[in-house]
Amino acid sequence: MGRTSGLLYRIRGGVHPPSSKDLTAEKQIRRIEAPATVTIPMRQHIGAPCTPRVKKGDEVLVGTVIGDSEAFVSAPIHSSVSGKVVQVAPQPHPAGGEVLAAIIENDGEYRRDPSLAPPSPWEDMQPEEIRKEVRSAGMVGLGGAAFPTHVKLSPPREYPIDTVILNGAECEPFLTSDYRLLLEEPDAVLEGMRIIMRAVGARRGIVAVEDNKPKAIKAMETCVRGSGIEVASLRTRYPQGAEKVLIANLLHREVPSGGLPMHVGVVVNNVGTAYAIARRFSEGMPLVERVVTVTGSVVREPSNLMVPLGTGFSHAVEACGGFTEPPAKVIMGGPMMGLAQYTLEVPVVKGTSGILALSWKEARYSEPAEPVCIRCGRCVDVCPMGLIPTYLGTYAHNEKWDLLQRLHIEDCIECGCCTYTCPTKNPLVQLIKTGKAELARRRQHAERRESENRAAAEKSEGAGKDG
Amino acid sequence: MDEGKLIISTSPHVRDPINTRRIMCHVIAALAPVTVYALVIHGLSALWVLLASIAGAMLGDFSMQKGRRLPVTLDDCSALLTGLLLALTMPPKLPWWVAGVAGLAATVLGKQMFGGLGHNIFNPALVGRAVAFVSWPGYFAAGYAKSAAIGIANTAAHKTIQAAVDVASGASPLAAMKIVYDPSTSPIGPGGVPRGIVASTYYKPLLLANPWGCIGEVSALLLILGGIYLVATRVIGWRITVFYVGTVAALTAITGRDPLFYILAGGLLIGAVFMATDYTTSPLARRGKIVYGIGLGVVTWLLRFWSNNPEGVMFAILFMNALVPLIDRYIMPRRYGRVKEAEEAVRT
Repeated sequence: MGRTSGLLYRIRGGVHPPSSKDLTAEKQIRRIEAPATVTIPMRQHIGAPCTPRVKKGDEVLVGTVIGDSEAFVSAPIHSSVSGKVVQVAPQPHPAGGEVLAAIIENDGEYRRDPSLAPPSPWEDMQPEEIRKEVRSAGMVGLGGAAFPTHVKLSPPREYPIDTVILNGAECEPFLTSDYRLLLEEPDAVLEGMRIIMRAVGARRGIVAVEDNKPKAIKAMETCVRGSGIEVASLRTRYPQGAEKVLIANLLHREVPSGGLPMHVGVVVNNVGTAYAIARRFSEGMPLVERVVTVTGSVVREPSNLMVPLGTGFSHAVEACGGFTEPPAKVIMGGPMMGLAQYTLEVPVVKGTSGILALSWKEARYSEPAEPVCIRCGRCVDVCPMGLIPTYLGTYAHNEKWDLLQRLHIEDCIECGCCTYTCPTKNPLVQLIKTGKAELARRRQHAERRESENRAAAEKSEGAGKDG
Repeated sequence: MDEGKLIISTSPHVRDPINTRRIMCHVIAALAPVTVYALVIHGLSALWVLLASIAGAMLGDFSMQKGRRLPVTLDDCSALLTGLLLALTMPPKLPWWVAGVAGLAATVLGKQMFGGLGHNIFNPALVGRAVAFVSWPGYFAAGYAKSAAIGIANTAAHKTIQAAVDVASGASPLAAMKIVYDPSTSPIGPGGVPRGIVASTYYKPLLLANPWGCIGEVSALLLILGGIYLVATRVIGWRITVFYVGTVAALTAITGRDPLFYILAGGLLIGAVFMATDYTTSPLARRGKIVYGIGLGVVTWLLRFWSNNPEGVMFAILFMNALVPLIDRYIMPRRYGRVKEAEEAVRT
């Protein structure tokens, strides 16, 4: 590659929130039963949503495809239970709004779709076949972003991949699902990683784990012995697990602004994803369940659960003994980037890494009505992307679009370190997200208008010729 | 389940417990030892200066916010800190009303006129001091003379300086102060400061008990400890202070004087630790802070050695404050992914 030379930069920034992982770190992953009905949304990944392949009254089995799409950036969706489709209708989605979902009555028998069979040994398969298998299994990134995995594994020929990084950093406080997988299933995780390496033709593999998980590091080290795969111990610091930060810290390569890891020869995958891929190749299982950390001070028995997709949050919480007191806030994911929920009647989806319930004491803080800044520079110091969050927040608030672009607002990875550290409780990342969305909308609008103008001009020109 | 009550807000859902008031209180705590010690050394007159200055600063904030119908934010302790810092940069024998006017000017002219906390360009405490200094230079000059030097301060070196100050405060006190604090320039002062005094004999009094400077200059050691406390608690970074003091030391040494003496004497330490590091009036980016620190050092050195005014640190900081927007504009943090070659590769 030769891309590492001359790019030896030290990435600074990040914050160190209390890890709160001790609530669940020692809890073995426990498989729970799906509830009487599961709700499986047709949008569970970045990219094109799926269209339903079942209708009311259809019988489905575990692993039956119930939604799919022709688009490349998409992944099929399978049933996690056997039973009958009772409804296909919009339902509340944990990522916000209502999304078309198949509601399936669980017959409790978990009969597997007979078409599911382990594929031939992956060692005998061509990369193209592996990718196809990964797509048909509905694999998406299980770290939370839910990017379809087969797309990640299909870099164009111009960008050869030399390194696969297995992201076990799990830098979000509270979450322990990746940690438990590394500890309990190191062989399967490693197997999944080797499948990924074969799919992209990478020779180097690195398992990256934060140094606050020494047991996981040890388990992996024992496991990789002789395989040529390295285990890297990362300094515990949020957002150590962000792709761009990870690549910079491990390989001293910087993903160019607006680019992807493949542009520097790297593919990054989550531990959970590698585990799910391994299970597809050993048992034929598509992605129909995932590990979810159900935690928080108001959860009676915080746990790591293997949860069938489509299981309601409330059911998962009940499986942990319910709440000790009504929570003030329920979050899907970790406290740094997770999404606050207005109801517990939303299903666990492929991107649900955790269900976190906070008490009133933990959830309350005031935000100023107007952005206030005392220019302490903390947000600048902690920004892993080297941006100036306070300016971005202020300019977004004041709608200074050109300044936002000049200060590279699109480079923001929305990790929230700036907001975490701000002494005036300025909602910086929220302002920046809003600014990014508005800029994208404006850009689209401008493009559309330009193409319309061009079409109109061509038309009038044509009319002129005719006349 | 009581679902109607779930809080909806965007991430992050946890916050660092730090807030503006805590930051201000850390700085006040860092200044507490030197303040108490100064009151012991200087006695009641310093206490009046302190109280008047704080009262003026708080009154300024309060009246401006009331007048503009804004919420009154005295509870963030910023006005208290401004008043305290201002008092520490004033002579102990200053009339209390001068200190009060300076405190008022600090928050009214230095802070609220610009829009309040976070919007001011110049350090409010130094604005207050500058206003009082140019309005009543005589009081400032006389304010230093003959403090109640107690036991530990009663050394031969002290007596020498004290004698010089006593005599000098008559005709041209500012110039005499400059002579006293500048042993290598060696001319005989109006009252006959001994020739060839050795700077190193002043290290100990300046570090431990210096009754001739401003209230806060009473002990360089306590100021340094305060600075270490602030860096350790991450309230301030080390860059501005270290590059400021380092630049002054280097330039002093290059021009053939005793750098240690010039670090310990005068307002350099209190300025470098507590004034130059003021958030609002210093650059945001770490690299900008380095440039700012070096700039402060150069200007201080220029003023100390090439001007007739002994107020090198105050004017250096106010001058560099004016340059901060420029520094912030041109010196930004190194952005991740700013890789020309690779960026082009992505585009093609």
